[in-house]
Amino acid sequence: MAVRIGVYICHCGTNIAGKVDIDEVVEFARGLENVSLVKDYKFMCSDPGQALLQKDVEDGLIDRVVVASCSPLMHENTFRKATERGGLNPYLFTMANIREQCSWVHLDGAETTDKAKDLIAAAVRRAFLLEPLTKREVPINPRTLVIGGGIAGIQAALDLAEAGKQVVLVEREPSIGGHMAKFDKTFPTLDCSACILTPRMVSVGQHPNIELMTYSEIEEVGGYVGNFNVTVRKKARYVDEQLCNGCGACWEKCPGTRVPRKGNVHEKLSLGPTTSIYMPFMQAVPAIPVIDAQTCLYLKDDQHKCGLCAKECERDAINYDMEDESVEFEVGNIIIASGFQTFDPSVIKRYGYDRLDNVITALQFEIMNCASGSTGGKIQKADGSEPEAIGIVHCVGSRDENYHEYCSRVCCMYSLKYSHLIKEKTNAEVYQFYIDMRCFGKGYEEFYDRLLTEDVRFVRGKVAEVTDVAMNEAEEGKLIVRVEDTLLGSVRRIPLDMVILSTGLEAHHSLKDVANKCNVSVGSDGFIIEKHPKLGPVATATDGVFLAGACQSPKDIPDTVAQASAASSAVLSMITREKIEIEAATAEVNEDKCSGCKLCNTLCPYLAVKFDEEKGVSVVNEALCKGCGTCVAGCPSGAISAKHFEDRQIFAEIEGIFSGLEYKTVSKPKG
Amino acid sequence: MTFEPKIVGFLCNWCSYTGADLAGTSRIKYSPNIRSIRVMCSGRIEPTFIVKALYEGADGVLIAGCHPGDCHYQEGNYKALRRYRMLRMILPGFGIEPERVRLEWVAASEGERFANVVDEFTDQIRDLGPLKVRDSLERILSEDAIPELEEAMEESGDANEA
Repeated sequence: MAVRIGVYICHCGTNIAGKVDIDEVVEFARGLENVSLVKDYKFMCSDPGQALLQKDVEDGLIDRVVVASCSPLMHENTFRKATERGGLNPYLFTMANIREQCSWVHLDGAETTDKAKDLIAAAVRRAFLLEPLTKREVPINPRTLVIGGGIAGIQAALDLAEAGKQVVLVEREPSIGGHMAKFDKTFPTLDCSACILTPRMVSVGQHPNIELMTYSEIEEVGGYVGNFNVTVRKKARYVDEQLCNGCGACWEKCPGTRVPRKGNVHEKLSLGPTTSIYMPFMQAVPAIPVIDAQTCLYLKDDQHKCGLCAKECERDAINYDMEDESVEFEVGNIIIASGFQTFDPSVIKRYGYDRLDNVITALQFEIMNCASGSTGGKIQKADGSEPEAIGIVHCVGSRDENYHEYCSRVCCMYSLKYSHLIKEKTNAEVYQFYIDMRCFGKGYEEFYDRLLTEDVRFVRGKVAEVTDVAMNEAEEGKLIVRVEDTLLGSVRRIPLDMVILSTGLEAHHSLKDVANKCNVSVGSDGFIIEKHPKLGPVATATDGVFLAGACQSPKDIPDTVAQASAASSAVLSMITREKIEIEAATAEVNEDKCSGCKLCNTLCPYLAVKFDEEKGVSVVNEALCKGCGTCVAGCPSGAISAKHFEDRQIFAEIEGIFSGLEYKTVSKPKG
Repeated sequence: MTFEPKIVGFLCNWCSYTGADLAGTSRIKYSPNIRSIRVMCSGRIEPTFIVKALYEGADGVLIAGCHPGDCHYQEGNYKALRRYRMLRMILPGFGIEPERVRLEWVAASEGERFANVVDEFTDQIRDLGPLKVRDSLERILSEDAIPELEEAMEESGDANEA
């Protein structure tokens, strides 16, 4: 029976029609072999556009569909569904990308129209050889993995747990809480951070639906949407979580030093005990200490001197022989909420961090300001005295083409918060050195306005240098910030006692590894790429993997919490479906052609191709196959074919591209 | 009229095709000589695809996949790299400059890089001139030209050794 192909050419408003001569392309498509109808429409993705195609299929006018419009990554699914609604197998549809890879990237001219024609000719040839495929349905495991126990992970885990779904929350640090647990106050409301976070942390620890794995890292993620197999490495804590009751007798006696006891105030900053066995901070969940093996006198060498904590522990919870442990489990969906790290300012030499006393990072200031920290919330210079003048340098590592081009979004606001806290706790003068004040959130601009009345000096300009080289008596013994005040139009030298560097947020150094394991990509800024920057900000290109918080981009707490809830609701909608259709485009072995060489068995990264000893041929396990086609390309007998990406289909596409040239080859359909 | 080469691109779905799309959404302009074919993974790209493209009339073929370590299918890009290297060794035997086939890693975020690669490759192929592999193959394979074929084979053999 003759194949009848319908070609639909989208104008996409002027996006395509502005560059591509639609009439000429329509005329060209009419002349292509096996094409029985060609239509063009303003917006093919709109309801009437889809209906156009659907009706032609319903009326039996066509049995193959080609839509020439945007990228298949954008609307392949839309048109597949329209094709299916018309009563045709959705795999009998294919797309020609004449927007993202044609009209948007080339100039107005004959070449652009020519390229559109070639791409359509290729798609038509491909369509001629398309085969119907059956989608597979797999059940979705209702359990979810949440990676990261900061506020994003906590929110996502609680949302799911409250809905009655099982969650495994994996956190790399000994306690959940993340960065938020290190803060004393949050902007712009000046809420006590611990007061709003701690109850949630406790809920996570106690929730019957949440399995909490702290001090653990993701080792491997296998499987696919609905059915992921996860391996987690639980790092040795040397304290038995079942036995320990968090009494604290161990760290009170511990002679080891995780944080130096000597040194200045800033070097000794710590939230929890400074001993080798320690609690990261007092509200930790789980409230169980951990031993730092690097500094523990018993563990750091084979001499095994010490052992005091084991003697002190009434419940015999200390176990020096504990080893890392691998735990395997299965989940249906994954939420990555692994957070960020702050920029290391020691690479900007002219700011003097690491070299000058009293130049500290924002995170150090947070810990110093925290009531439960080592200074008891007092703002102190390195020598312990109270500073009289403090400068806050904005955009350290952000909005700087040498480091990170992006704006970290939170620094302006936390810098304002610092000004307020300093004013509240000390009599110090406060200077803000800013490029632009970016106060975009709810109540943020109002907070800025309030600070303008709190006697804070705002200097607009990027700081050139922080130095201790005095040029006059007033600068003696001070830190001097050299900055161009762009509002005054002059270079100023401002003597200060302390400089806080408002370091930006950057992707955590382990994020790329986590992303790789979960099969998602990171962008050039190091953060994970979402499915769509506007319409898919919580999903990723990999089905079943979702994002929450600063692993996607720098975010403040309200945005993080919102995204975490969005991610958990996306997961819930997956779980509620119970089943999901997965890609039908897998590999298939032609048993008659297979020579049994087993080459493909070793090529498959998912171990989806196995050798059938009885038949003497290799067999593809469709549930494991992800359709990459590596085995197909590697098969020396041409026995494996990639459904929907068969050799002859790709050959036909190549022939289509060149069908305008004098040479013409036509691949024939099977049989 | 200057020679405008025809270039076929084989792009992996997850990194390079997405990167090429990003060039589109960012409206970055590049030469219109390339026509891309989407495959799920660069590991799917068989040397025969490239030979087929050259035979059908391509003057150059660009293969693009995820950066090493970033492959959506873990290691398909390494397989692509091996097949590419092997193919480049064979091409001179058919009188085809190996520079006509190029492998590049283009990430999903590298729209600008994709545009630059295409522009640069197009310039390179424009300098090399038209390929017309089918013409030359048909000429070589015609009976009269067998001594010429042997000569060509010897030459390419020397080239390989050097």
